[in-house]
Amino acid sequence: MKTIGLYIHIPFCIKKCHYCDFNSFTTLELIPEYLAALKKEILSLKKYGYTAQTIFIGGGTPTILRCEHLADILRALYESIFIAKDAEITIEANPGTLTREKLISLKNLGVNRLSIGLQAYQNQLLKIMGRIHTVEDFEKNFETARNVGFDNINIDLIFGLPNQEVEDFDETLKKVLHIFPEHISCYSLSVEEDTEFYRRQQEGTLALPSEDDEREMYYRAIELLTNKGYNHYEISNFAMPGRESKHNMIYWTYQEYLGLGAGAHSFLDNKRFYNYSSIQAYIKSINEHSNAVANIEPISVEEQQAEFCFLGLRLLDGLDKKAFQKRFGKKFTQVYGRAIEKLKEQELIKENTNKIRLTSRGLDFANIVFAEFLP
Amino acid sequence: MSIPRERIRNFCIIAHIDHGKSTLADRLLEYTNTISERKMQDQVLDKMDLEKERGITIKAKAVRMIYKADDGKEYLLNLIDTPGHVDFNYEVSRSLAACEGALLIVDASQGIEAQTLANTYLALEHNLEIIPIINKIDLPSAEPDEAKREVEEIIGLDAEKAIMTSAKTGQGIKEVLEAIVQRVPAPEGFNELPLRALIFDSLYDPYKGAVAFVRVIDGHIRPRQMIKMMSTDKIFEVAEIGVFNPDMQPVQYLQAGEVGYVAASIKNVIDTRVGDTITDAENPAKEPLPGYKKAVPMVFCGMYPAEGEEYESLKEALGKLQLSDASLFFEPETSAALGFGFRCGFLGLLHMDVVQERLEREYNLNIITTAPSVIFKVKKTDGSKIEVDNPTNFPDPAEIEYIEEPYVEASIMLPTEYMGAVMDLCQEKRGTMKDMEYINEKRVILRYDMPLSEIIYDLFDQLKSRTRGYASLDYELTGYKKSDMVKLDILLNGEIVDALSFIVHRDKAYGRARQITEKLKEVIPRHLFEVPIQAAIGGKIIARETVKALRKNVLAKCYGGDISRKKKLLEKQKEGKKRMRKIGNVELPQEAFMAVLKME
Repeated sequence: MKTIGLYIHIPFCIKKCHYCDFNSFTTLELIPEYLAALKKEILSLKKYGYTAQTIFIGGGTPTILRCEHLADILRALYESIFIAKDAEITIEANPGTLTREKLISLKNLGVNRLSIGLQAYQNQLLKIMGRIHTVEDFEKNFETARNVGFDNINIDLIFGLPNQEVEDFDETLKKVLHIFPEHISCYSLSVEEDTEFYRRQQEGTLALPSEDDEREMYYRAIELLTNKGYNHYEISNFAMPGRESKHNMIYWTYQEYLGLGAGAHSFLDNKRFYNYSSIQAYIKSINEHSNAVANIEPISVEEQQAEFCFLGLRLLDGLDKKAFQKRFGKKFTQVYGRAIEKLKEQELIKENTNKIRLTSRGLDFANIVFAEFLP
Repeated sequence: MSIPRERIRNFCIIAHIDHGKSTLADRLLEYTNTISERKMQDQVLDKMDLEKERGITIKAKAVRMIYKADDGKEYLLNLIDTPGHVDFNYEVSRSLAACEGALLIVDASQGIEAQTLANTYLALEHNLEIIPIINKIDLPSAEPDEAKREVEEIIGLDAEKAIMTSAKTGQGIKEVLEAIVQRVPAPEGFNELPLRALIFDSLYDPYKGAVAFVRVIDGHIRPRQMIKMMSTDKIFEVAEIGVFNPDMQPVQYLQAGEVGYVAASIKNVIDTRVGDTITDAENPAKEPLPGYKKAVPMVFCGMYPAEGEEYESLKEALGKLQLSDASLFFEPETSAALGFGFRCGFLGLLHMDVVQERLEREYNLNIITTAPSVIFKVKKTDGSKIEVDNPTNFPDPAEIEYIEEPYVEASIMLPTEYMGAVMDLCQEKRGTMKDMEYINEKRVILRYDMPLSEIIYDLFDQLKSRTRGYASLDYELTGYKKSDMVKLDILLNGEIVDALSFIVHRDKAYGRARQITEKLKEVIPRHLFEVPIQAAIGGKIIARETVKALRKNVLAKCYGGDISRKKKLLEKQKEGKKRMRKIGNVELPQEAFMAVLKME
């Protein structure tokens, strides 16, 4: 019986944020039809007998769904797979979508972790990002969540935003620390194609902070959060000890996961496959074939090794050479000896008997390190 | 051959690029049924793709037509095509020497251009009968009377009998053919004299070997005859002779006045040199035909495979190109920056471009070229004299007594409104005005004494941009003059990159140094460390830029769905890095080497 991480995608948002290139749409009228298809996909898992260590309901904005819809999905899940006893069950939420009623309902349905997209603590920056909530919405939702009993909450932050100054991010960090979430993600903004920010950048009207400032924000986050006892455990992630995201750890330690819903990716038996990302195509395919797999990519051993390494290196604890050997039956140094020497010389990684990890300099240039592991 | 010499007409076409030479030639071939319209792949004379795209004819070709004239008799017309670019002046002169007449095509809306004028003068020197043709009269912008006036005023030809044509619609084609018959003299020459055949072009054929295109001046030539190349005294046995129909068609003999080809199992076009005289080995002529010059490369550059492993392919490709291009020179050289490659010599910049493009297109090679250089003559303090066409061989300044560089006379024809701009440009290019000639109130010819190195740098491009394409340029080597030349080195992270060095006039060094360092700053990617870019003469730094150190290169997010996508990104990054040239610990993209070639 397989133990997996399970991801459920809810590709709906009230409005697309200006930096967002995720698979999300504002065609809310498709929700009922989509959920019906999703339920069908969930129920089709019955025959496999999977055990989920973690469940992550992401989006989009899953919390724009009504209580009964959320209940429907979760009940279907419980019907179709085993859930580990200590399973981490997370739902992504945007401020303004979390009513007390919804939070209670989620709690009762077994959801034990919230991931709230705050992004910044300045309403003016939220506006620039195209967010539809305010800092006050967030504060209210956060408080309600705590009152209802959520004791494992992540807050997403973005730095390097247009018009953002080091002091703004500093303020954001301090205010977030003040309410003491269990987990904080700090993402450096990357301007992706097909986003409003990208369009503005092409047009020359996107006032991004200087690279020096952007790095300064990152260093501030590391300093402030680790001082407060957060463990900087992944390039962009911080957690109080024991509150690291179990679901995301599955990705970074190269364990198997299954993704359901439009555009969701899965990794099972050394194959990666993914569903149609368009909502209509997904619905149609589920209704006609009971599955919506758009493509299956077998991953060669060399690629598996590379992925194992560059995912593992995202963790500050580093990548486990023994685990590599156990998984691939080859000595780590035998495969990557030369790359390792070169990267050590550049002071991008350090090595001890068991592990290879990024140096603090390596955190800034992780891609250069990762690229060395590609076949 | 049933057509007697009195009814042979050998002629060529003189025209500026785009004035319709190829189209007119096509119409002549169609009219004489030499080739059917259907078979005609637009412009038979321009064989290579490259030529088609550039609208120029790079190498001469010949074609034979039978025309039944109004007098009821059949005439044999040989059209000898001529290259239309300054790099190929010598080839043009040899083609003209094979003819008795020339069609001078003038675009009715553009008038005469410098190149046309230069070639017309060349034709007059060869005593060719010139038939002016005013072409493209179908264009709304056509001013045929103005064009006629230019023919009279600029060239001094009687334009009274100029023929009005539209090669596009076919108007005037018959008149052209009649004029060739009536006005171009029949070839002279004596069948009884020892053989003298002028080679005006050659090509390499995989089966026949090097094939010489000839005009028989005296005597005759047949298969199995022993022939001798008069410039080298090499002897060959004729395997096949023939005519261009337009494809090669074997015949039993060629006699005085005729045009055709000679194949004699010659392995290399080096032995079928343009301008050389073929004679009978057993009964040789006393004197070769006048005018033979060995093709001398004037412009040199390094050519390197972008991928080191393509060296052998490049060598093979250059060898193949040289089989059909005797003026292409190459020898192996090594660069610390670029590895193994070749020093190549060309007739001029266009020739260089053509070779590079053919290597890339026909042989699928990715080539890095270094800055083109002319041949400098260096007198050293020890009294010795050396020739330098490669910055690597430039002596230490302390060992140099003086340097000479090649000069040309450049003739630029342009509308008077751009005169100021062009005079400024020529001055910037270290030119000295020798002469200014008004053709009419609208057009003028400026003649400048100018270093060749300035022309090969970017004079063409500059002229074009400053006159919106209305100026035309022709030049001719005049000799060497003393010049204050220096070697400019480019240093990356403190190390000289040999492939980026070039020889430049001291007064220009600062400006070029600044431009290049700025350009390099744009194209060199940021490294984990700061990369200083310096330009230096000897040990003295004269310009400096810095590529700032990279601050970050990291993907903030990487979750389940992202892995394939992010991996592709990393792969792209790695791929890009692979294509870089590593100089010390600096990674240099290919564009960096272009930075020294041309400036925008």
